[in-house]
Amino acid sequence: MSSLFEEIAPEVPTDVPVRRVTLTVNGQRRAADVEPRLLLAHLLRHGFRLTGTHTGCDTSNCGACTVLFDGTPVKSCTMLAVQADGHAVTTVEGLAGASELHPVQEGFKEEHGLQCGFCTPGMMLAATALLEENPDPTEDEVRWALSGNLCRCTGYQNIVKSVLWAAAKLRAQGGTAAAETTEPELEQTP
Amino acid sequence: MYPSRFRYEAPSSLDQAIQLLHDGAGEAKVLAGGQSLVPLLKLRFAAPDLLVDINNLPGLDYHRVDADGTLRIGALCRHADLERSPLLASRQPTMAAAAPLIADPIVRTRGTLVGSLCHADPQGDWASVATALGGHVVAVGPGGRRSIPVVDFVTGPFQNVLAYDEVAVEAVIPAPKGVPAGGYLKLERRVGDFATAGVAIALETSGSLVTRAGIGLTGVGGSTINAADAAQSLVGQSLTADAIGRAADLAAEAARPRTDHRGSAQYKRHIVHTFVVRILSRVVDDADKAA
Repeated sequence: MSSLFEEIAPEVPTDVPVRRVTLTVNGQRRAADVEPRLLLAHLLRHGFRLTGTHTGCDTSNCGACTVLFDGTPVKSCTMLAVQADGHAVTTVEGLAGASELHPVQEGFKEEHGLQCGFCTPGMMLAATALLEENPDPTEDEVRWALSGNLCRCTGYQNIVKSVLWAAAKLRAQGGTAAAETTEPELEQTP
Repeated sequence: MYPSRFRYEAPSSLDQAIQLLHDGAGEAKVLAGGQSLVPLLKLRFAAPDLLVDINNLPGLDYHRVDADGTLRIGALCRHADLERSPLLASRQPTMAAAAPLIADPIVRTRGTLVGSLCHADPQGDWASVATALGGHVVAVGPGGRRSIPVVDFVTGPFQNVLAYDEVAVEAVIPAPKGVPAGGYLKLERRVGDFATAGVAIALETSGSLVTRAGIGLTGVGGSTINAADAAQSLVGQSLTADAIGRAADLAAEAARPRTDHRGSAQYKRHIVHTFVVRILSRVVDDADKAA
């Protein structure tokens, strides 16, 4: 369990409201004691050390912090960590299986869908959610679905190609885009 | 941590939520989709003592049509639900046109229509749409339930008439008496930006005649603008080029835009004029195609 609160503010006033949240992150049950004002993005990054979730603009514009919340893409900088209590979150770390990449990740590799890589986790999660809902999107539908995610390298052409590549691969496999998750189990950490 | 410190409660019943707001004595805020409130908290423009998260309240995520044609949208119905709604696509063209233009696709998965009305941003899209449609907000507080017309609900930028211990539980769009037509157009510099200007038009028609009209303007004033004269000029008319031109002139006159980084006042007024013409011309084209 991560005791986030102490990490960030070692000298804690006694009147600070702290809440225990329990959530499933990439298939594992995790718990943390958090202040209500902690953002979900910061719980993931600082509390659980899942730094694949990037914080870019911090103003709900760029989508670099996109995660799947019960399978739906959300901007994790625009949600409170306490709101995730009892819910399931998938970050980019939850996309790949034990030995192979998720088809969306493969697509980004094959089609050079990243330059600096900063927007990539958010792009891949938004794309995963799209393909789960629409396995055979048109190029326009891909662009529309990713319009809440900004790439400052302006590498959109290849990002769109990557998602279409992943869509084709998923269709060929007959699988779904949902991230594979193991059975929830409480993580044992000291 | 960016926001200032607050307490957080996630009640499981509306009564509890109202009690918490009442006890909060004006220093509590309701959290629904959070897509406007959380950014405000992060900037510390809002610094409530208590957040009352209503996401656990049961039975508020609906949008449905009553037997008499009244459309009801619950406080936890997300923009994305409306964007994908076959109900709106078949029955409510103005809302169906607006839903995909709200913010961006990811914000739409969380944000709510009722929350957007409560937030009362002059650049909020739903307030113009609800104004054009003659919508109401239903609020529940310790004193009971009341229904407030949207035109009276929004009193200024980021201001509404809700009492501190009332929760807006639903938006209501009255049943159309004629055939609904209309649309929503918005100019934005990029996806997710606030509107440079937006126009919502909701008509009811009988044959070729307009029997009811509403026009709401987004982002061209200190709050949502109800272009009532422009709308009234259409009632009893058929949508001729003259009638369309007159309504567009009146709507542009009703706009109160200010010059800013999104454009000059004159430019925004011109956009309003153009959008009125475009939406009404499209209504005519669609009617011609259907005939």
